[in-house]
Amino acid sequence: MATKTQNPKAWLFVLPVVALVAFNALIPLMTVVNYSVQETFGDNVFFWEGVKWFEQVLHSERFHASLLRQLMFTSIILTIEVPLGVAIALSMPKKGVGVSVCLVLMALPLLIPWNVVGAMWNIFALPDIGLLGRMINGLGIDYNFTQQPGAAWFTTVMMDVWHWTSLVVLLAYAGLRSIPDAYYQAAKIDGATPWAVFRFIQLPKMKRVLTIAILLRFMDSFMIYTEPFVLTGGGPGNTTTFLSIDLVKIALGQFDLGPAAAMSLIYFLIVLLLCWIFYTLMMRHEAQ
Amino acid sequence: MTLELRHVSKRVGAEIHIYETSLEFREDGFNILLGTTLAGKTSLMQLMAGLERPTSGEIWFGGKNVTGVSVQKRNVSMVHQQFINYPNFSVFENIASPLRVARLTRAEIDRRVGEVSEMLRLTPMLGRRPSELSGGQQQRTALARALAKDSDLVFLDEPLANLDYKLREELRDELPRLFRDRGCTVVYATSEPTEALLLGGYTATMHEGRITQFGETATVYRQPADLLSARVFSDPPINTATVTKKNGRFVLSDAVSWPATGDREALKDGRYAVAIRPHHVTPFAQEKNDVRIDGRVLVTELSGSESVVHFDLGGQTWISQSHGIHAFEVGARASFYVDTGQCMYFGEDNALLAA
Repeated sequence: MATKTQNPKAWLFVLPVVALVAFNALIPLMTVVNYSVQETFGDNVFFWEGVKWFEQVLHSERFHASLLRQLMFTSIILTIEVPLGVAIALSMPKKGVGVSVCLVLMALPLLIPWNVVGAMWNIFALPDIGLLGRMINGLGIDYNFTQQPGAAWFTTVMMDVWHWTSLVVLLAYAGLRSIPDAYYQAAKIDGATPWAVFRFIQLPKMKRVLTIAILLRFMDSFMIYTEPFVLTGGGPGNTTTFLSIDLVKIALGQFDLGPAAAMSLIYFLIVLLLCWIFYTLMMRHEAQ
Repeated sequence: MTLELRHVSKRVGAEIHIYETSLEFREDGFNILLGTTLAGKTSLMQLMAGLERPTSGEIWFGGKNVTGVSVQKRNVSMVHQQFINYPNFSVFENIASPLRVARLTRAEIDRRVGEVSEMLRLTPMLGRRPSELSGGQQQRTALARALAKDSDLVFLDEPLANLDYKLREELRDELPRLFRDRGCTVVYATSEPTEALLLGGYTATMHEGRITQFGETATVYRQPADLLSARVFSDPPINTATVTKKNGRFVLSDAVSWPATGDREALKDGRYAVAIRPHHVTPFAQEKNDVRIDGRVLVTELSGSESVVHFDLGGQTWISQSHGIHAFEVGARASFYVDTGQCMYFGEDNALLAA
């Protein structure tokens, strides 16, 4: 057995990365940790508060309500966007000029900045001048997203579906394209039904990319801020106040830095935890 | 049952994939489609299997015109070059899948899967998924599925091409035995002349969408109908040159000529294409009718028991293949000996005149 030699010089090579991570992740995070356990009255005067802010946030009904809204929003958009994305990917052409046309059309919403999407949908859905708003009202349905919680939810969900289904489509399409033609031929020879082809060839072959798609959509939608903020501002009332909107209200609106910092950490841990559970479940399923 | 192509052609857009072809395949033994990549082997198989419809012509199987019949109703099976199995089915379920579609009883399915998995030595793997198998086992699973289905017509599209050397040899020996007593017509596509020779049976040589020759494998090898078929059925590539016949001799160059013997005497004076397989061009004299040619060595490839030397002969690349290790210096001039008794002569239209 060769003895393991330790060369202290090796640390030098790791140093740049350590410095970078420290500056862009560790130090900001520690600032938040710092705020979350102390009370400050300005002038950089701090008082130790222990876990008081954490207890306060975890027991506040307001936090529970935004968390619930957040979970609901994420579940709704996942249940719409993933099947819809897969369905669109399945119906996209496999060759010819149609492919590029479809891909460009699909990529367009992804290229639009988030606040522009919010502003676009705001104007689009306005009941008096917006195309969508006027159309819905024209159909005899009373629709005003600035006043009705249901309409506000509907519009927010529609906006997210419009903006992000493309991501699922593109990933699912890439997964589909990687299936060799021979699989379809084999299925045809076996006499498999279109459903069987989807269930036993396409879906299993798309599993990896769909895992990524679901994970990305989950994280993004769970941290959504800009679009609903521009569209509804969290209203009417606070019916569309999701976690991040609530957080900003506490931190910058009320300037409660302690609770806001504690909430940030809890928020961060929830995202991390859910992603981990999600990923582990999917990987375990794959391993079977 | 007989498989017959009647004036079949396939065109996709402006491209012709298969030129008009008529051919009757044999029921006994393998029917091998031999040709390089893009020769049209796969296209032809897809037409015969019913995965594609021919642009013109008819496909007859077992005395019936099946041209418009869908693939599901034809009772065919196919094994592809890639290892195609259902990813989240066990090996058992993979083999059983066509039987389930055919709604066989559970006992019958168990019996058939048991039988073919025994034959292909898959019995210990029946519970595993394809991703847990080696390449050879994955391809054996695909073969087992084709066998279990008990089709009248089996297409094997380069089934061994993605396997490593050892597994390829092993499966190649098994294949003819597996299909021998099944009473099905087997069509086997390959790009390797050696594989065609080892599998025996009948061979159709294909080149750019045309079948150039069909017959018993050994006959096609020994007596290619034309220069093209000879080229397709030779590995390493066959050597060719133009010779002129006059005064009872074939003249290659001022220095190189040999007498026309046997039935070659009957050939008229004139220009002929001559072809000779690389293993009849050796770096040492072997027989009396050997003729010496000189060339500049371009490349030498030495394997354990063989030397393959590419050399330049008056602007053309020739290849010599011989047993044993013979060292050549690249760029140096060297002498090779042609066994002129093995030369094949082709006429203006490239058809074989004498071999």
